Amino acid sequence: MPAVSKGDGMRGLAVFISDIRNCKSKEAEIKRINKELANIRSKFKGDKALDGYSKKKYVCKLLFIFLLGHDIDFGHMEAVNLLSSNKYTEKQIGYLFISVLVNSNSELIRLINNAIKNDLASRNPTFMCLALHCIANVGSREMGEAFAADIPRILVAGDSMDSVKQSAALCLLRLYKASPDLVPMGEWTARVVHLLNDQHMGVVTAAVSLITCLCKKNPDDFKTCISLAVSRLSRIVSSASTDLQDYTYYFVPAPWLSVKLLRLLQCYPPPEDAAVKGRLVECLETVLNKAQEPPKSKKVQHSNAKNAILFETISLIIHYDSEPNLLVRACNQLGQFLQHRETNLRYLALESMCTLASSEFSHEAVKTHIDTVINALKTERDVSVRQRAADLLYAMCDRSNAKQIVSEMLRYLETADYAIREEIVLKVAILAEKYAVDYSWYVDTILNLIRIAGDYVSEEVWYRVLQIVTNRDDVQGYAAKTVFEALQAPACHENMVKVGGYILGEFGNLIAGDPRSSPPVQFSLLHSKFHLCSVATRALLLSTYIKFINLFPETKATIQGVLRAGSQLRNADVELQQRAVEYLTLSSVASTDVLATVLEEMPPFPERESSILAKLKRKKGPGAGSALDDGRRDASSNDINGGVEPTPSTVSTPSPSADLLGLRAAPPPAAPPATSGAGNLLVDVFSDGPAAQPSLGPTPEEAFLSELEPPAPESPMALLADPAPAADPGPEDIGPPIPEADELLNKFVCKNNGVLFENQLLQIGVKSEFRQNLGRMYLFYGNKTSVQFQNFSPTVVHPGDLQTQLAVQTKRVAAQVDGGAQVQQVLNIECLRDFLTPPLLSVRFRYGGAPQALTLKLPVTINKFFQPTEMAAQDFFQRWKQLSLPQQEAQKIFKANHPMDAEVTKAKLLGFGSALLDNVDPNPENFVGAGIIQTKALQVGCLLRLEPNAQAQMYRLTLRTSKEPVSRHLCELLAQQF
Amino acid sequence: MIKAILIFNNHGKPRVSKFYQPYSEDTRQQIIRETFHLVSKRDENVCNFLGGLLIGGSDNKLIYRHYATLYFVFCVDSSESELAILDLMQVFVETLDKCFENVCELDLISHVDKVHNILAEMVMGGMVLETNMNEIVTQIDAQNKLEKSEAGLAGAPAHRDAYIFSN
Repeated sequence: MPAVSKGDGMRGLAVFISDIRNCKSKEAEIKRINKELANIRSKFKGDKALDGYSKKKYVCKLLFIFLLGHDIDFGHMEAVNLLSSNKYTEKQIGYLFISVLVNSNSELIRLINNAIKNDLASRNPTFMCLALHCIANVGSREMGEAFAADIPRILVAGDSMDSVKQSAALCLLRLYKASPDLVPMGEWTARVVHLLNDQHMGVVTAAVSLITCLCKKNPDDFKTCISLAVSRLSRIVSSASTDLQDYTYYFVPAPWLSVKLLRLLQCYPPPEDAAVKGRLVECLETVLNKAQEPPKSKKVQHSNAKNAILFETISLIIHYDSEPNLLVRACNQLGQFLQHRETNLRYLALESMCTLASSEFSHEAVKTHIDTVINALKTERDVSVRQRAADLLYAMCDRSNAKQIVSEMLRYLETADYAIREEIVLKVAILAEKYAVDYSWYVDTILNLIRIAGDYVSEEVWYRVLQIVTNRDDVQGYAAKTVFEALQAPACHENMVKVGGYILGEFGNLIAGDPRSSPPVQFSLLHSKFHLCSVATRALLLSTYIKFINLFPETKATIQGVLRAGSQLRNADVELQQRAVEYLTLSSVASTDVLATVLEEMPPFPERESSILAKLKRKKGPGAGSALDDGRRDASSNDINGGVEPTPSTVSTPSPSADLLGLRAAPPPAAPPATSGAGNLLVDVFSDGPAAQPSLGPTPEEAFLSELEPPAPESPMALLADPAPAADPGPEDIGPPIPEADELLNKFVCKNNGVLFENQLLQIGVKSEFRQNLGRMYLFYGNKTSVQFQNFSPTVVHPGDLQTQLAVQTKRVAAQVDGGAQVQQVLNIECLRDFLTPPLLSVRFRYGGAPQALTLKLPVTINKFFQPTEMAAQDFFQRWKQLSLPQQEAQKIFKANHPMDAEVTKAKLLGFGSALLDNVDPNPENFVGAGIIQTKALQVGCLLRLEPNAQAQMYRLTLRTSKEPVSRHLCELLAQQF
Repeated sequence: MIKAILIFNNHGKPRVSKFYQPYSEDTRQQIIRETFHLVSKRDENVCNFLGGLLIGGSDNKLIYRHYATLYFVFCVDSSESELAILDLMQVFVETLDKCFENVCELDLISHVDKVHNILAEMVMGGMVLETNMNEIVTQIDAQNKLEKSEAGLAGAPAHRDAYIFSN
């Protein structure tokens, strides 16, 4: 018998609904609704008490009106009265009204709290469930305040009915999600975990949901759930398809509960207990095995249920990321799904593979499916699926397949759905930047992006290409030539004009030798686009023009003519007018020298995180996109235009031995490219003997060695043939610092410029400046001999934890240094947090065929990030007292190594970075200083006091800072200066 | 978590809407409209999932299915398994079918209270409460019996004869 017979319906309601359905126009509908609302209102307000049936009928009408999108602003009091009724029918309709119509912030909540409280206490399971439902559906903070304390009790009470337990679990979950602080943790938590053993599967399902949510914040409190969940799962997975009776769904035993249990296990690392772990692995294998069995039913519901469990199993395997064997099987299974005829499965397989691609174990295996994925991108009819395919291509991209993937994504872009174009553009831009080995390819790719999808190329993308071109002088000529050609297209996107205008303004001179792109031709090409462009672009072009006047004096007259034209000088737009006036005057008044200085080429941009990566992250939300961005390969993502060699972690990807599902462990930090171990040893042997190798002429070993050397960065050969990019030599590859390194370092504690190192071959000079937590250092390498240095490669290495404390980005220098010549290297430094050891500078080169290696300490010490702070005596003493914990103070008494001259001491203290405070110390002989060390993560306030004792030729130095290691470190650094 | 369950017909007329997060009336209507717009323009035979484009952020997904004249749409966040939600939807539809005997569009609006009761047996506060159809139908039958017995008593003068308390 059907639960609701057709004749049961309410007549008045049916009539009303059919009236509405017959309305010919929106106006007629509104009119009918208003009439009905007036009717109901008068009935509610009328003197005659309504019976339960009528109340129900009117509430149903109101619900229908509400569903159609009309606000219901009355009836709430009736609903409250219905709640308090003793009759189930009335109570139920009251609750329905409230849960559908009442917003959580409604005033009404307080009115119904009392009725809910009564129902919770009624011991009538039906009423209790209604009340729990209401609390959960409203789920507001007020509800939490009123009931959060009661519900755990109901949940674990021995005499609660199953249906009540189920509802109480989910109700509690909802309140916890809305306001976790209101749910008191306590003795009940242990009993909740034991609900996993409950007889009733519905109770278990609800309990798993609750525990999954609670354990995220309190993993330790719920740890015992792991073994219970595993044994429950194991019982389900190994049961026959009929064992669980009603909880078997289309021949699959308890699919929903299985999925929830697998989700719960994903909140924890793999079980520590070997027996539990063994049992779990067995479960996971059983699920994978079952996937290969023939289906027990042809119905889609059967395969849905089965695969729901399978996908969750794969997620758990990926989450553990520790069982290579299971990962291989997961990847193979997903590979099968990639070609499945069910679109849903293809979609989910692509999505799961995205996460699999970021696992070290399975990245290679995922890559083998590249052709299928590219095919999906081309042929899938469904935009959702195509989008997943694009995501997966992005996730599986590495240096070995970047060109293929980028070109496929570019091709896809031509026909891509508008909704996802911008995202594809960002992804292409990021991949092109991240994996560019060849900067002309990068420039081509970005210009193609603008050509194909100019409207979707955001400012970040084209700013970035300009930054990179500006910072890389090896690509400037090519960029100028390419944009010049691109601009010749009859219709080109405004973004192309912007990029073209900027690049020609900076580097147009590099192609001016060719008569086809002579200065006048360049100018007239740009100017032909001028009138079609927006104000912002025209403003940019005006700047290009003034730059042209400097680059190409022969265009001066023409350009002045353009600037002088009424359309510029009297342009309605203030910005354009101002630029025209100022540029015109500048070009007429300034001498060529002044012009050359003002309009000099832009200096390199400082390094920072790629702005497009940031944008993609913003777009996708945290954790979205691909785990790659955040994890494994992010380290190398932002270094393209600094030209820092890819950080070691990238090296693992293009492994020559493409082992299936690479069974290799996580890549050892800074391992050199996979070559024979003997070769590595040789490197170590050679670099251990610094600068003392007799030049014997090339021996076989040396030939071998030179192959292992990082390829010379700027030589085109290296760019083309670069199968496995060389890594920064890790700490184990470089020799220990030379004995005098500490002494050399000390010279620079209180000064920023000078000669860092000198021997017969090489001189290294330093010039540096620091502001806040940033610094820039110029290193000058002078070749003192008359012979060229070859394979010259200075690198900066961060030993130990320093990587997380200090970011140093180096620009590449030429691999050859001619005899008598000097090359300059720029280092951009960012202090992330306090650090104690300086980075190491490793310089290697070949002189007359003999390898030379030298390791120094880079003169970057924590005090460089000092910002002097002036303060009055009173403040000083107050702060001094605040820092009175014993570990905040460091003190040293030491003998003077230099003559005790007050002026020299003063200069040193100032050079050290702190402010010198006069009139603080009662003894005028003493020195008192204050400053703040600026790091990205935190600021450390520092106070110092130096008391010279001229008679004893001793000093006493006291440092107080808010961080213990900093106090000691500063004290040591400074003590060596006097 | 399930954020919302929506049912609308081929013309976008809402038939059932249940939100598990508080939204203003305008937002609700907008969500229904946009969801219909997204779902209705998709071909048959494409996948049943749509990346989150509405209801607050990229974490959300639409999982939908087209049954005869009606679209059933579940808006869920990433903590739900897509296929499991499809199963749940199937259980919902089968349960409706069992309770209404060949359920049709009109049943959903003329018995809106029943539809909500069935839904309440399955989903609570956005979390799945029960997936066993027999259990759900048993609960609904029990409710109907209660109602019937109360309707029988409605005519009687002694209103306070509280049947429900007698057990």
